[in-house]
Amino acid sequence: MYAIEVDKVTKIYGKGETAVTAISDATFQVNPGELVAILGPSGSGKTTLLTAIGLINEPTHGKVIIDGATVADEGWVRGLDLKRLRREKLGFIFQHHNLIPFLSAIENVMIALEINHLTSSEAKSRATELLKSLNLGHRLNNYPTALSGGEAQRVAIARALANKPKVILADEPTAALDTENGKNVMSLLKSLAVENNSAILVVTHDHRMVEGFDRIFDVRDGKIVGEQNSGN
Amino acid sequence: MNLAIRDIRYHRGRFILTSVGLGLLLGVVMSMGGIYRGLFADALAVLNANKADIWVVQQDTNGPFAETSRIPEDIKYRIKAVPGVAEASPLSFQTLQIDRKGKPFRFFLIGYELNGFGGPPVIIAGRNIRQKHYEMVAAKAMKMELGEKIHLGLHDYTVVGITGKMVSSSGDPAAYVSLSDAQDIQFKKDNNAIRNDRERIGANVDRIPSLSQPQAKYLKQNIADIAESTHTVNTVVARLAPGTSLHEVQERIKRWNHFRAISDEEMRQILTKGMIEKARMQLGLFRIILLVISAVIISLIIYTSTLDKIRVIATLKLIGSQNRVIIGMILQQSLLMGVIAYAMGYTLILLTYEKFPRRIVLEAFDLQALFVIVMVICMISSFVGIRKALKVEPAEALGG
Repeated sequence: MYAIEVDKVTKIYGKGETAVTAISDATFQVNPGELVAILGPSGSGKTTLLTAIGLINEPTHGKVIIDGATVADEGWVRGLDLKRLRREKLGFIFQHHNLIPFLSAIENVMIALEINHLTSSEAKSRATELLKSLNLGHRLNNYPTALSGGEAQRVAIARALANKPKVILADEPTAALDTENGKNVMSLLKSLAVENNSAILVVTHDHRMVEGFDRIFDVRDGKIVGEQNSGN
Repeated sequence: MNLAIRDIRYHRGRFILTSVGLGLLLGVVMSMGGIYRGLFADALAVLNANKADIWVVQQDTNGPFAETSRIPEDIKYRIKAVPGVAEASPLSFQTLQIDRKGKPFRFFLIGYELNGFGGPPVIIAGRNIRQKHYEMVAAKAMKMELGEKIHLGLHDYTVVGITGKMVSSSGDPAAYVSLSDAQDIQFKKDNNAIRNDRERIGANVDRIPSLSQPQAKYLKQNIADIAESTHTVNTVVARLAPGTSLHEVQERIKRWNHFRAISDEEMRQILTKGMIEKARMQLGLFRIILLVISAVIISLIIYTSTLDKIRVIATLKLIGSQNRVIIGMILQQSLLMGVIAYAMGYTLILLTYEKFPRRIVLEAFDLQALFVIVMVICMISSFVGIRKALKVEPAEALGG
């Protein structure tokens, strides 16, 4: 079973003469434990594709299946609790870490767990474990402003992993980092994909970071124009 | 995890400053309520102190607090003789303004019979008036010392006692003297005026040719006595014996010409509805305006605070947060702000209310009602922020 299946997904903004096609007939699959990149220049439609898979932006046409559950089939499948699916099956990593500024590192991870109905003590224990595994054991009680860019992004990764999602979606996760920190983050994502058997889909325009991906989809003008395999 | 508390803890400086500002505003609202209650307390202070059942005043007037009422002192004997009247006592009221220590000094002078009622309800320092003349009991608010002398009319009066918070219906502190002293202060003319009056009366009587010399002399004396008499009072208050019909006593006195018998309840209505109604409405309007301003300020604060958190809210939505988590965060912050501001306002007014020039009466019901109103305002005000938050798209968390 694929972690992500995207079948002829099209997203059109607007209607009639002003309609803009952001993605056209995107089709691909991602296996569990696979690290996949969607590479393309700004405005190519890669973030739109990510939001369609991330249950944020309803596709106009096509089918999206997450961890075996059809979530979109010519629009969202009726009766789906999108928030619950996002909580349980998806993890998000952002270009800017998007940590909640008034929560400490551990609380930023705990909030994702508590939203998913874990008790405070369970959440604290899991968050501590996760942050320690990402070498942030000494930063548990620091606020985001006291963390370096790389540390903050690792806390964001811990938050994305908190609920052991089957799919992690990352939107330009290295864009705000220097090359070294960016490579560290990519290496971390790669190891997490394998360790957790999660599919990680990364949207990026940064060609420096394409090393280490299992597959790379090239997107141009809303269409997947090519696929590269790393051969790893 | 309580996001509202975490946010407040992180931005505590901003939150405390905002709450202090709002607290000052609520303190003003509380003081307005206190002044409003104080107006009532002041207006009814004399009534409450006297505990009279009936106020006999000049016919076609609303009594000594609303307008001029002059009746002869000796009507008290006739009132005492009415069946059911247990006791009756004449009273004199006047507002005086004199210079004291180089400043205008305004107070309300009450004259009462030493063997009647209507005198100071409580003595908190010194003693009550014992001598028929030249002694005074002053309200604490007059800030007079025991033994201090004050010149009123033609004589000096010595403060022998201090009473509590006795004021006139307009809030001037009250002082007590004997009835005869009060009448002298109010009506007694100085020697020059008496001489002038006698001359004028004499000249007028002398112009009547039909009077013999003894008759003219007798008439002059009588007219002068009447003109110089000070035995006038503003009201005679009466207390009824248990079981007496108030209405029957009122009707009986009403049948006499020249008098009106106002019940204590009617007097309260005259004072509260007639005399302080406008002030009451004005204060009420101010309170409403201030509460509306508070609501607008809370709405703006919550709205801008929500705008500051758009990315946080979008992130929370993106990671699957339920709406109740976001609504709870905004609503709790709004309510907490209200609670803290209320506490600050309350503390402020509690520390300062006795220093206000007019009486501030803080009643538990008013304070509780204001607390409920503030909470309702906070809830309603938070709706603008909640509405904005619910419109935030999770996609706003993406991008740079």
